[in-house]
Amino acid sequence: MKRPDKLKETILSFLPSILAIVVGLLFGFVILLISNPGQALGGFSTIITGAFRDMRSIGRVMYFATPIVLTGLSVGFAFKTGLFNIGTPGQFIVGAFGAVLIGIKFPQLGSVHWIVALLVSIVFGALWALLPGILKAFANVHEVISSIMMNYIGMYLVNYLVQYNIYDRLRNQSMPVAKSAIIPRMGLDKIFPKSNVNAGFFVAILAVIVIYIILNKTTFGYELKAVGFNRHASKYAGINERRSIVLSMVIAGALAGLGGGLLHLAGTGKYIEVVDVLAAEGFTGIPVALLGMSNPIGILFSGLFIGFLTVGGDYLQLYDYVPEVIDIIVASIIYFSAFALIIRDVIQRRRLRLGGEKEQ
Amino acid sequence: MDYIIEMLDITKEFPGIVANDGVTLQVKKGEIHALLGENGAGKSTLMNVLFGLYQPEKGVIKIRGKEVKIDGPRTANALGIGMVHQHFMLVDTFTVLQNIVLGMETVSGGLLQMEEAREKVDALSEKYGLKVDPDALVSDITVGMQQRVEILKMLYRNNDILIFDEPTAVLTPQEIEELMHTMRGLAAEGKSIIFITHKLNEIMEAADRCTVLRRGKLIGVVDVASATKESLSEMMVGRKVDLEIELQPQAAGEPVLTVENLCVNSHRQGHTKAVVKDVSFQVHRGEIVCIAGIDGNGQTELVHALTGLIHPDSGKVALNGKDITRQSVRYRNTNGLAHIPEDRHKHGLVLDYTLGENLILQRYFTDEFQSHGFLRRDNIIAYANRLIEEFDIRSGQGAVTPARSMSGGNQQKAIVAREIDRDPDLLVAVQPTRGLDVGAIEYIHKKLVEQRDSGKAVLLVSLELDEVMNLSDRILVIYEGSIVADLNPEEITVQELGLYMAGSAPGEAGREVH
Repeated sequence: MKRPDKLKETILSFLPSILAIVVGLLFGFVILLISNPGQALGGFSTIITGAFRDMRSIGRVMYFATPIVLTGLSVGFAFKTGLFNIGTPGQFIVGAFGAVLIGIKFPQLGSVHWIVALLVSIVFGALWALLPGILKAFANVHEVISSIMMNYIGMYLVNYLVQYNIYDRLRNQSMPVAKSAIIPRMGLDKIFPKSNVNAGFFVAILAVIVIYIILNKTTFGYELKAVGFNRHASKYAGINERRSIVLSMVIAGALAGLGGGLLHLAGTGKYIEVVDVLAAEGFTGIPVALLGMSNPIGILFSGLFIGFLTVGGDYLQLYDYVPEVIDIIVASIIYFSAFALIIRDVIQRRRLRLGGEKEQ
Repeated sequence: MDYIIEMLDITKEFPGIVANDGVTLQVKKGEIHALLGENGAGKSTLMNVLFGLYQPEKGVIKIRGKEVKIDGPRTANALGIGMVHQHFMLVDTFTVLQNIVLGMETVSGGLLQMEEAREKVDALSEKYGLKVDPDALVSDITVGMQQRVEILKMLYRNNDILIFDEPTAVLTPQEIEELMHTMRGLAAEGKSIIFITHKLNEIMEAADRCTVLRRGKLIGVVDVASATKESLSEMMVGRKVDLEIELQPQAAGEPVLTVENLCVNSHRQGHTKAVVKDVSFQVHRGEIVCIAGIDGNGQTELVHALTGLIHPDSGKVALNGKDITRQSVRYRNTNGLAHIPEDRHKHGLVLDYTLGENLILQRYFTDEFQSHGFLRRDNIIAYANRLIEEFDIRSGQGAVTPARSMSGGNQQKAIVAREIDRDPDLLVAVQPTRGLDVGAIEYIHKKLVEQRDSGKAVLLVSLELDEVMNLSDRILVIYEGSIVADLNPEEITVQELGLYMAGSAPGEAGREVH
């Protein structure tokens, strides 16, 4: 009798997300109607179906989803352990720099070149979250403040280091990485021809599984979550709560850094541009995590969903829509995903309250 | 017979449970009517119906003989019903006077007219002997005075039906005495009082009549004058309860806990203040030592220093002869120390975890519950089920019940179960029965005595004088951070203990330490 209950519970927990998506899409439709009524219906169906028109489009969805699943995991993991990691853009770009640096400087690594480069992106991202973690654990400095500042430090530092180490002066960006540093396609280019999807997507899925296991099955995750839920009780229980906070932050940073590495080693003409803009993929992690309810599996699907919207939106240009419209639609879905979280909280509180009274 | 309040045949259901099942409550004008019941008996639900927070499915409410429909606190207020909640509803950053008039401000031309209000408050506090300082900030005054502010708030609104929801839970013995006096004064003035409680002493002392609820049903209405504590508790719990504990004399064994010259300073807002001053004592095998004192005299800091939550500034703590002053919480937990914390929500439980996850809070890393870093779910569930069974922890879904959804009494039982089952040499129990009903209190007391009788040491920190007198082999009185007396409960009276706790030693009885 336990099983169906549990299944129902799981479905119920994603209900607000689905609701948010539906309302968000309807809102998007309204925007289409306003900006160009004649084409709205065709445009809308393109958003919904565009990503399914051919295998290449499906591949593109997976490609777009890869980095934001990682940054989404970063934010979601931190959430689950009681931290708000808003430092993903910084960790993302610092991780990307680590990967690109190795990708350019060490071609002699051969077949493991890309793996080493990815590992370095993990380490760099982790290091970038270390300081906010330490400040939070030992000085009670709120991680939102410190990690926002680390975003800017990371961005400018990477700009500086790119210019002094791996600079392509003509294009104002990083140099291309060695062939051996590009993540292999592993046959995905056969299934999804002409798309950019690569083994990075498998890495993302692997990360999802690892994080899921850590959070739900291990004593380590038990500790991290306990500290996130109740720092005082964790201390009382003998858990080293400072260490847990630092580790939570470091793991979150590692995930975002890996996201940066995956995107910049995809061999798709993506370079580190020397501009004063925070990495968009970093912040996109926040709505991805919200929409996925911070659940690793949910984050995988919400990342794919945002990739799906991006691809569908690209085709929208066939219908006389400016590309900005799709950004508005994605943004509106993101807004509603925040609502989804509130709705879930309301539902949960009601159920708990009723449950509580049931006790009595 | 004229009743000022009549709640007739009230039924209030929640999904899956009938919280009030045809309950009738009738209160006469000018009486103190106690509403007695265990946690979850439906007292709060009934009062929330009276206050308009819940709408009953069935039943009639009559106020002063007229049938009324109460659809919210505002209506209740208009009918003259006021309530002092268990957790006070005061604005900390406002003064006493501002809190009293809040929502009822006298305004002229958009400007507050506080002078008028001040006169009225002064008059009221004079009349009922409710001493307050109208200009003090609520955050600066004692809990007892905050309660007086709450009472004045009701009187300021001309309420004549006053509901007190467990008003004594937060008070010192002296303050309780005062409150009882105030309540009797109010009743004598013709106010009608509903007094929600599960403390039998207070009912015997203050109430005229008593309505007893159990599991949502009305058990009976009794005249307090003709009732005894025993008969009331039997009505409430449904069986005979024995709170009198006869400690079998036994010789104390080896010292388990040795505290030497312990000092703790608090560093708040740049000020350093000594909160535990040069405390030394021992707890031996086979004895319950009680630290008695009025809240805020350093008990919390002392316990935290013993259990490792804070580090003392100087002095020594030894467990079983080994110095643990600088050891981690984990070391203490795994070397024979268990701790029932004062604040079960802050320290005792991770409310967002399930009951099962909470029961392994200090043991999740042992081989019983993990292998190679992975939690052994089945063992956790099995262990939780054993404790649930053994300690009679009631919860909706067993081991997977979210701790947050459990009732306070069962949360406390879960903590007690967890700590005792770890088979500690020393059990530090801080107010282990706070807010619990007699049934649960009896149970927890029994468990503590079992620990003692099986040759373990128990350090009990309590504010309840009855508990202290009843349960201890020795009483250490703490006052302003120092242990001021080491007493034998057989040789002193409650009154004398009260005096020690208030910092004035009664020359005779008991012997001074050092």
